[in-house]
Amino acid sequence: MIEVQGLSKSFGDLQVLSDISAVFKKGRVNQIIGMSGSGKSVLAKCIVGLHKPDEGRVLYEGQSFHEMNEKERRNIRQEIGMLFQGSALFDSLTVLQNVMFPLSMFSDMPKGEMEERAHSCLERVNILDKDDLFPAQISGGMQKRVGIARAIAMNPKYLFCDEPNSGLDPQTSILIDELIKEITDEFGTTTIVITHDMNSVMGIGENIIFIHETRKWWQGTRDELLNSDNAELNEFVFAGSLMRYAKKAMISDDPTGPA
Amino acid sequence: MKLLFHIGRYLLLVKETFSRPERLSLYLKRTVEEMDLLGVKSLGIVALLSVFMGAVITIQTSANIDSAWIPAYVVGFTTRQSAILEFSPTIISLILAGKVGSNIAAEIGSMRVKEQIDALDIMGVNSAGYLILPKIVASMVMNPFLVMISMFLSIFGGWAAGVGTGIVNSVDFIQGIQYDFDPYTVTYALIKTVVFAFIIATVAAYQGYYTRGGTREVGISSTKAVVYSNVVILIANYALTQMLLI
Repeated sequence: MIEVQGLSKSFGDLQVLSDISAVFKKGRVNQIIGMSGSGKSVLAKCIVGLHKPDEGRVLYEGQSFHEMNEKERRNIRQEIGMLFQGSALFDSLTVLQNVMFPLSMFSDMPKGEMEERAHSCLERVNILDKDDLFPAQISGGMQKRVGIARAIAMNPKYLFCDEPNSGLDPQTSILIDELIKEITDEFGTTTIVITHDMNSVMGIGENIIFIHETRKWWQGTRDELLNSDNAELNEFVFAGSLMRYAKKAMISDDPTGPA
Repeated sequence: MKLLFHIGRYLLLVKETFSRPERLSLYLKRTVEEMDLLGVKSLGIVALLSVFMGAVITIQTSANIDSAWIPAYVVGFTTRQSAILEFSPTIISLILAGKVGSNIAAEIGSMRVKEQIDALDIMGVNSAGYLILPKIVASMVMNPFLVMISMFLSIFGGWAAGVGTGIVNSVDFIQGIQYDFDPYTVTYALIKTVVFAFIIATVAAYQGYYTRGGTREVGISSTKAVVYSNVVILIANYALTQMLLI
């Protein structure tokens, strides 16, 4: 479990996050949603320690991340898997080497065993026979899947996904979402997904946090979101006519849609 | 104030770079790759420049000697001294600051804007050490070899130009390059080269590591890496000459 308490962050005069408190539960897909530039990614980067918050604390299983010493922080980081918006695969390494990278850095496995583990992670994300290709030689969707394979290579306790569906076609997006959900269920990870893809929210969101005007505006489950009367949340989530239609259909529980 | 901020941040980055590697064998592997990329692949440009540099020194020295009292071997002597003391260590380092420095800044800068450095940090890897240390070691090991090759080729280029154009005969030129040779000049040149290699690798890495933005900023970092490492090399050149030769 990850807990954020009273977290604030600014860059110069620009206040990005104000007094955010939230709990991200284990074995759940926790989603942070909000408009572009609302501070979702900054919040995630504060949680993983890439940004130091101006105020507030981030607790991993009750231990304050920013009060840990460097060694303890490194230990926590080795339990984190992260999928980046642009995949962040290492250009100079092949697909297999990318997935093997955290293993070769931190595990004492022999090379054969590392390859075996990397192959099983790649199989898990349905990437087969692409071992020797470089990231530039595979599609964006495949890069995302290799990113997930790398993120799960060390059996992480915490999985962060920064806009995993951005730039992907709807079918691949659904595939990635399903993969994130399956991995969360299978490994019991505390998963945090930063997204503004409402299909993803409706598909896999279990604990949803809406960031608006630098603050945590709303938090709840998918069902609560559908029935919420929070004006700003509704304006954001159901901005498109398709989403409004889907909401009516889901509330009326009629698969053919509203009358 | 801004200059002090950059110097402070540069020193902190260097300190972080030299912290204990997570996995020494991976660092060594990367160092060997960098030696090839930064050193061996610079051999062509170093060789080309050195030969022509030596040739020009010979022709210019000869053209500026108009007294019959000055012996002919002075052309060879001047070519050797110029190549060993200044042209090979300093000019080649300035050229390498352009080639290798921009390469380092662009590579690390691209990794920064593509979030690959964030990925390393999140995994718990010391990104500064993993990315920069092999480049520093590779440059400090390879650049002295490049400069020694440059010294040899400059003198060879001078001889070829001198003999080829009839400015000086081979015997006089060889007598000149052997005349009053002090091996310490080579030591001095190599000390300078090692210091310059450290400057090139660290200043360029600093520019790349703190790149913010996109591809345009990567380009700007590359340019800054070349300009600043050249400026620091010239200042260090003056300081080292003062310390080591006087």
